[in-house]
Amino acid sequence: MFKILKYSFYDLVRSRWSYVYFLFYLLLGAVLLFLNNDLSKAVITLMNVIIILVPLIGTIFGVMYYYNSREFTELLLAQPVKRSSIFLGQYFGVATSLSMSLVIGLGIPFIFYGIFNSNAIWDFSLLLVTGAFLTFIFTALAFVIALSNENRIKGFGYAILLWLFMAVIYDGIFLMSLLYFEEYPLDKFSLLATMLNPIDLSRVMILLKLDISALLGYTGAVFQKFFGTNFGLILSSGILILWVLVPTFFIWRIAKRKDF
Amino acid sequence: MKKALHIFVFLLLLFCTAAGWAKTITVCSSCSVKTIQEGIAQASEGDTVLVKQGIYKEINITINKSIVLLGENLPTIDGEDRGEIIKIVADNVTVDGFKIINVGTSYTEDYAAVRVIKRDGFLIQNLELEKLFFGIYLEKSNNGKVLNNKIKGDAVNEYNSGNGIQLWYCKGVEVRGNTVENVRDGIYLEFSDNILISHNHSKNNLRYGLHFMFSNHDIYEYNTFENNGAGVAVMFSKFVDMNHNIFKENWGTTAFGLLLKEINDAKITNNVFQENTVGINVEGSNRIDYSHNDFISNGWAIKVRGACYANSYVQNNFMYNSFDISYNSGINDNVFNSNYWSNYAGYDLDKNGVGDVPYRPVKLFSYIVNRTPEAIIMLRSLFIDIIDFSEKVSPVFTPDNLVDEHPKMRKINHDRS
Repeated sequence: MFKILKYSFYDLVRSRWSYVYFLFYLLLGAVLLFLNNDLSKAVITLMNVIIILVPLIGTIFGVMYYYNSREFTELLLAQPVKRSSIFLGQYFGVATSLSMSLVIGLGIPFIFYGIFNSNAIWDFSLLLVTGAFLTFIFTALAFVIALSNENRIKGFGYAILLWLFMAVIYDGIFLMSLLYFEEYPLDKFSLLATMLNPIDLSRVMILLKLDISALLGYTGAVFQKFFGTNFGLILSSGILILWVLVPTFFIWRIAKRKDF
Repeated sequence: MKKALHIFVFLLLLFCTAAGWAKTITVCSSCSVKTIQEGIAQASEGDTVLVKQGIYKEINITINKSIVLLGENLPTIDGEDRGEIIKIVADNVTVDGFKIINVGTSYTEDYAAVRVIKRDGFLIQNLELEKLFFGIYLEKSNNGKVLNNKIKGDAVNEYNSGNGIQLWYCKGVEVRGNTVENVRDGIYLEFSDNILISHNHSKNNLRYGLHFMFSNHDIYEYNTFENNGAGVAVMFSKFVDMNHNIFKENWGTTAFGLLLKEINDAKITNNVFQENTVGINVEGSNRIDYSHNDFISNGWAIKVRGACYANSYVQNNFMYNSFDISYNSGINDNVFNSNYWSNYAGYDLDKNGVGDVPYRPVKLFSYIVNRTPEAIIMLRSLFIDIIDFSEKVSPVFTPDNLVDEHPKMRKINHDRS
């Protein structure tokens, strides 16, 4: 597995797309910091970018990589290598190189700006960690979709739909149900609904570090009590990890049974 | 011989003046007068009672003539939690330079460190109050001054703690340069008119930093209200002028920088509201002039809840608030003009410093949060941005005339000299 991971990783690191992705974050970080001059505001803007763009790129890139490297995969399948290690290796290769572009691309401008001497360091590292998590989650989901769809167009379609659902439609349904059931106590429901969507969960985790004064309104206290404590933080991270593990398990299972 | 005579006459004159005008009675542990109460008893109108350094365990010190009670090197009066300490029942009394500790707590009577009852022209200054129930309690007293006192309580519960400086039915009093912390309400006014509250610092209080009701024509300026349980609450008052105050870090589930309820014809200018859950919470307040204020990093800068008419919000800075304005009614009769909004995304083609596109400070999301508070968890979600945008293009839920027609492109530099 590690050998294949290494091959996919090196292959990707040398590819044009990784550089573009890396340069995009480098530029974004630099522009935000040096035109804005306000660290916490830059972190807020970055959060908006990360919770929307990172899942999108993870999904598209994952699907694209799988379909493009199909011939290489078929070649590998002819060798005495375990199936699970081929696909898991490819998956981790893609996800790791994407997260590396993100972390290094954003990290460099912030280091030059002097993040280590600022008290925004924790907000910033939380941002990077959730960004990396989101990359892993959405690349895994993309691999699951690509593995179960031979047709490329269909695969891409489903992948985009998945992203759209998680990033936009889910929140729409969530909000509608909040408004529809406004007569009932909704704090437990909204906590649960937030936990179930990795994008929402990452957003709330970062928000509670930033827009704290707004969220501390009377209802905010419930969320603050939950997410602000160590228990909430551990539970949230646990759910993010679960969101990585479950699709990875599906990759492993589908790959084992799939007929090429 | 002649010189000696001169000195004799001079000394005689001096003695006569001292005896005839005002004498000084010294109180100390080794003097002939050992208690403050005894010193006051020996004094007559216009005298000074000078209290030397030391600890005096006395309560119910009643000042019933116009004297100056002066502490030298901050003598301590210890009430041993038994009750009220100084009671002023004469006109033109000065109390200066004491440390007063251990005022008794009672559930039936409001014991105070210093109480003035129905008198004029008092001056209470340079006191340090600690471990108190009520601090300085002015009751139906007029034209006095409360200056430069330090009040530090140890309040834990609202029901068994008192207020730092309390004015009840007073007129023309000046409260300046005091520091009040850890009591129930820092400064409390009820039925008090023509009061000047300035340069005070009220922080870490259990309930309100400043609290006033039914008090008209008062001026509040250059005060700082910081980290109080529920910020500052002002209710049922007219013609109030609040300027150059700082309201900051009033965080919490029910905390406001400033809570206005039934306030009419007031002026709120040149204040700074920073990092409060709600900057200003307005209910049923009319004809208020809000100008040259800074609202920085609040959850809600201004929350308007019903029945607020003919208010004007002009030349304020709204910066980095999660919500600029929250508004729960469909009708708008208030003026928003020439403010700076950090969320403004318009352009200025003719370069006159005023944006060419009007700004709508009320977002659909703040309307939703008003209806369903739990929806706050969706803050900064992409879906919310989309519906906010569509509401901005064609308002349906928010009042369509609630716009700032001339938003500023740059932060307004207030002239605060």
